[in-house]
Amino acid sequence: MSADGSRRFAANVHGWLLVLPAAALLVLFTHYPTVATFLRSFFSTAKGARGSAFVGVDNYRQMIDDPIFWQVLSNNAYFALGTIPVSIGLALLMAIWVNGRIAGKGWLRLAYFTPTVLPMIAVANIWLFFYTPQYGLFEQVLSAFGVPAHNFLGSKDTVLTCLIIVAIWKEAGFFMIFYLAALQQMSPNLAEAAAIEGASRWHFFRRVTFPLLMPTTLFVLVNAIINSFRLVDHVVVMTRGGPDNASSLLLYYIYEVGFRYWDSAYAAALTMVLLALLALFAVGQFLFMDRKVHYR
Amino acid sequence: MVLQPSKPGLALETAGAWLLAALWILPLAYAFWTAFHPAEYATRFDLFAPLTLQNFRNAWEAAPFSRYFFNTIVLVAMILGAQLVLCTLAAYAFARYAFRGRDVMFVLVLVQLMIMPEVLLVENYRTMSVLGILDSLPAIGLPYMASAFGIFLLRQTFKTIPAELEDAARVEGASALQILLKVYVPLARPVYLAFALVSVSFHWNNFLWPLVVTNSVHSRPLTVGLQVFSSGDQGIDWSIITAATIMTTAPLLIAFLLFQRWFVQSFMRAGIR
Repeated sequence: MSADGSRRFAANVHGWLLVLPAAALLVLFTHYPTVATFLRSFFSTAKGARGSAFVGVDNYRQMIDDPIFWQVLSNNAYFALGTIPVSIGLALLMAIWVNGRIAGKGWLRLAYFTPTVLPMIAVANIWLFFYTPQYGLFEQVLSAFGVPAHNFLGSKDTVLTCLIIVAIWKEAGFFMIFYLAALQQMSPNLAEAAAIEGASRWHFFRRVTFPLLMPTTLFVLVNAIINSFRLVDHVVVMTRGGPDNASSLLLYYIYEVGFRYWDSAYAAALTMVLLALLALFAVGQFLFMDRKVHYR
Repeated sequence: MVLQPSKPGLALETAGAWLLAALWILPLAYAFWTAFHPAEYATRFDLFAPLTLQNFRNAWEAAPFSRYFFNTIVLVAMILGAQLVLCTLAAYAFARYAFRGRDVMFVLVLVQLMIMPEVLLVENYRTMSVLGILDSLPAIGLPYMASAFGIFLLRQTFKTIPAELEDAARVEGASALQILLKVYVPLARPVYLAFALVSVSFHWNNFLWPLVVTNSVHSRPLTVGLQVFSSGDQGIDWSIITAATIMTTAPLLIAFLLFQRWFVQSFMRAGIR
């Protein structure tokens, strides 16, 4: 073997050895379970003496006939639509304020960012207290204005909105950070040039700042979508999906089916839907990224 | 400066910014109020209400929080330690070794950015049960130890380090491991700090997977312990629940307040790809 050949051989061996420990764990806890979930979704759940059997697409058929599945899916869509635009808009506003000339910027940044550091479960506990009938802060404020008592988390009409408010509060400060990073990298020459041209501030924002922030917006958007499907801690703490599944989200339903009803086959089929959705968003991001969104 | 709002405009924006900040801090302020005052003041505001630590004492005695703290600290340290080692090695290989199948491997690693371990909780639960380690700290930590995010972040950093530095070290007779430890790791220190802060705050706060995989005091982290505590008999005593909530988040919150700048910069750095 030539010296060059043995060198390449060594690079192969070293490279693989370095990657191997991480790769083994990734295969065991990401790739294998993904494939196993896919396969399991075509089998029945083993119950007692009756083992698991191949049932074709029965689990998926059950899913299509399952009104809770459709409700959970629409809840999740509603939750995402309610959370994402508002939290991204607020994040942008916060970033512009914190990046500007407002007095006490440091304190503002601290206030906006703090919810991000707290565990969702602690946050949910605090908000649970807010929403409590009779005691809660909301009830007290509203009753001061003569609004009749209302059980916010106990009512199908308001429960999801309550969760949306918590999620917005928790996430806006996190997204602000990314906008802030992007704003700080922007050249001040742009603003100077715009000032010489006599552009208004709003015009500058709409024609320069916002388009230049497009990659950040996209990054934040994808993260926000993934989070809205991945994070259900607040559902566990505040509502357990109730009342009557009005606040159940897809992952929470998977958790319920998997660990309360122990129906792992049906949970596998539901997980496949979640995985398909996540893959869809990832592909979407990839396609968008390629088109260099920021220069129209 | 240019393009600043007019005087009244600035005043209006300042007011808006501060109003939003007040709104954002209100839930926390309220929680602090409740936790540090006797229960009868939980929903009644009185500037002269007596301060007390009794709620904290009650919470601490009502549940094994010391054990939960211990579990969380061990868990977070264990995950971070493993992540640093595994991700460093893998990132180094991806950045500097032209091994066969590298690009395919790298794409396979990135899959985890999209499919987080908690999405696969039913199947991962089964794996833990087959491995016989249900209800243990390693069961909580294992799925997160090979972090695609960490590998990606470090690979990007290693790639920016000039190859000449490595060549120079090699001429001096340094081994591959020495080069990694003496050249790459020190130069990537800010990225390590960023990754560590993000990782610690993520795992201190993580809830769903630990909830699923633990069922005893011996392995429950703080978040799950807090949930078990506040959904139990104490269900109505908000003063004690908020005290417990503040207690469990205090270390992270204090660290955040002390190292605010680092935290913010770390999250920024981790977000820019």
